Amino acid sequence: MSRSAGFSVSRKSLTGWGRTNPSVADVVEVLKSDVAAAVKESGSRGALVRGLGRSYGDAAQNGGGLVLRLAGSASDASLDTAARTVTVSGGASLDDLLRIIVRRGFFVPVTPGTRSVTIGGAIASDVHGKGHHVDGSFGNHLVRMSLQLADGSVVQVSRSSDPELFWATVGGMGLTGVILDATIHLLPIESSRMAVDTHRIADLDSLFDVMSVDDDKHRYSAAWIDLVAKGRHLGRSVLTRGDHAHFDALDAKAQVTPFEYDPHQLASVPPLVPRHGFLNHATVTAFNELWFRKAPRHRLCELQTISEFFHPLDMIGSWNRLYGRPGLVQYQFVVPFGEEDTMRRVVERLSASGVASFLAVLKRFGAANDAHLSFPRPGWTLALDMPGGSKGLGDLLHGLDQMVLDAGGRNYFAKDAHTTPAVIRRGYPRLAEWQAIQQRVDPTGVWQSDLSRRLELVPTHSATRVRRASHT
Amino acid sequence: MQNAFGQPQTIVLLGGTSDIGLAIARELLSPATRSIVLACRDLDAGEKVATSLRTDQVGVDVVHFTAEDVESHGDVLAEIAAKHGDLDVVVLAFGMLGEGDVTASDPLAAARLAQVNFTGAVSASLATVVQLRQQGHGTLVVMSSVAGERVRKGNFVYGSTKAGLDGFAQGLSDWLAGTGVNVLIVRPGFVHSAMTRGLKAPPFSTTPEKVAAATVKGLGAGRRIVWTPGILRPIFVVFRHTPVAIWRRLPLG
Repeated sequence: MSRSAGFSVSRKSLTGWGRTNPSVADVVEVLKSDVAAAVKESGSRGALVRGLGRSYGDAAQNGGGLVLRLAGSASDASLDTAARTVTVSGGASLDDLLRIIVRRGFFVPVTPGTRSVTIGGAIASDVHGKGHHVDGSFGNHLVRMSLQLADGSVVQVSRSSDPELFWATVGGMGLTGVILDATIHLLPIESSRMAVDTHRIADLDSLFDVMSVDDDKHRYSAAWIDLVAKGRHLGRSVLTRGDHAHFDALDAKAQVTPFEYDPHQLASVPPLVPRHGFLNHATVTAFNELWFRKAPRHRLCELQTISEFFHPLDMIGSWNRLYGRPGLVQYQFVVPFGEEDTMRRVVERLSASGVASFLAVLKRFGAANDAHLSFPRPGWTLALDMPGGSKGLGDLLHGLDQMVLDAGGRNYFAKDAHTTPAVIRRGYPRLAEWQAIQQRVDPTGVWQSDLSRRLELVPTHSATRVRRASHT
Repeated sequence: MQNAFGQPQTIVLLGGTSDIGLAIARELLSPATRSIVLACRDLDAGEKVATSLRTDQVGVDVVHFTAEDVESHGDVLAEIAAKHGDLDVVVLAFGMLGEGDVTASDPLAAARLAQVNFTGAVSASLATVVQLRQQGHGTLVVMSSVAGERVRKGNFVYGSTKAGLDGFAQGLSDWLAGTGVNVLIVRPGFVHSAMTRGLKAPPFSTTPEKVAAATVKGLGAGRRIVWTPGILRPIFVVFRHTPVAIWRRLPLG
């Protein structure tokens, strides 16, 4: 299929990182300058911009509609070393950006567990990382952005120029417009190494205790929990906490190239894996056991690279293929402080269910920001990866949703692949406020996604949009 | 949009009072379900069924639909989609059995059977597919029958309509590759239901609930064809290759 403007369209089946629930859309590769023209071509199914497809569920899909792939690299990023900011294209990835700024002595203010996310995606999902308890989420460090609106205009949005639109776009899942470029605050660093403390923790209660006492002494902190372990080993974990290493902490050799940064993949999973993948209860149990055993009981101030500390899974390309045809589902939720008991009951239910959960990560969140749909709020968050084909997993997660909501918690749009509009309405009480702003900037319903339809985030405008399309 | 576990939000039954169709809808019910649409000829009967399905969480809508009225199919499906949004699973569940001997000697009754089971099914399938293609996802479940796998003399009019429908659905499935729309062909054996009430059950007969369980399992596994019960598949491999001289004499009714 080709269109009149200077960009090409192809029909493609898209999924999220979990490789579940595909839908087919017209995918358009666009430059920033073509976005408005491409969006004009959208019909009743609307348009959506997709980054690197790392959200797990259907957030970056738009079945039957347009999906824009915004070209972008960090090569035209402009670094202001005095102001400690960088202005970078929305389609550029954190990987691109890190390769430029680390050598200049800066780090991104927030990085999730992968560097394969775009700047636009990081804002739209308001991503968080191991530093949330100190630094907050990505939106906290956003200075301004240029936003392509549904009507074709481009506006400069900052928290002073239009605070409503600014905070509705942070965490807004791409439903307010296309982030063409953004200016973000950077973190100055003295070296590209991380000074890391590792502790093996025997059970969940001890983990809560340790993290509650002195998490704030470290910029970064997260624990890996073995959710396959049962009984007195329930919740056994490996806690890693770190900070950017000072120049003085490096040995003489490393001091020659303190900002050396060359992340690379060790291997990539080939496209053909057995139908049911490699990850089942037996392999995951064995892996979890090994991971726990190989971790030192206590080790202080070990120097690691940025990718070892923040992005270990990026070393294996396309690791999501390990789950085979049924794909994987990630479940991430937060419960407020004081609801440790709920967290314990969730962990017990998951452990008892026999679902093979690989790499569950527990983290303490700090303060929330002003974004209406931002996920993090003060409390404990748990994220776990599970094979999508696990028997009864759908019902189990619907059950856990209720426990999380009853505790005053919620789950995360960028990870969600299963939940319902009702659950989202309870978890995100500011949804209606966000919807009013979304309607203000997109009254005809241009921006749509499979997620927005599934969770009824924006009203469907099929009638209006059909009329509009028939006029063009 | 269904979720990652294949739990649909919207289920449409074309043939909204069909025992098998309703069993499939019940089997698909989950906390993700928002609406069920019963498209049927008899609105009163549909409303009775709707009352039994309706909950606080699940809305049930009864819509008038007649298989023979092929001219209306496009509008009916478009209206369902306009009202309910994305259609995740649409079950083509309507069909008539007809009385074997009577139909064979009654050209009009036979033609009516063909109109419902084949012509109406072809039209309703394609009207459904128009909607599913626009949304870039969704599954059409086509209730075929083993009776179409090798047509037997006892109910050859019915069997031939299912043979035609099965072939149509296979071709449709291939034609739709790459569109995001899936077709699941279900080939049940003899099912104890309103349609077969009073008939003598052959061996390996089954129930709507078992057909529904097999169908939902097939949906989850992304299958193209489901035999239910599964034993019928090897049996029909043998039947297909049975010489005519023997086939004719088999006491299959």
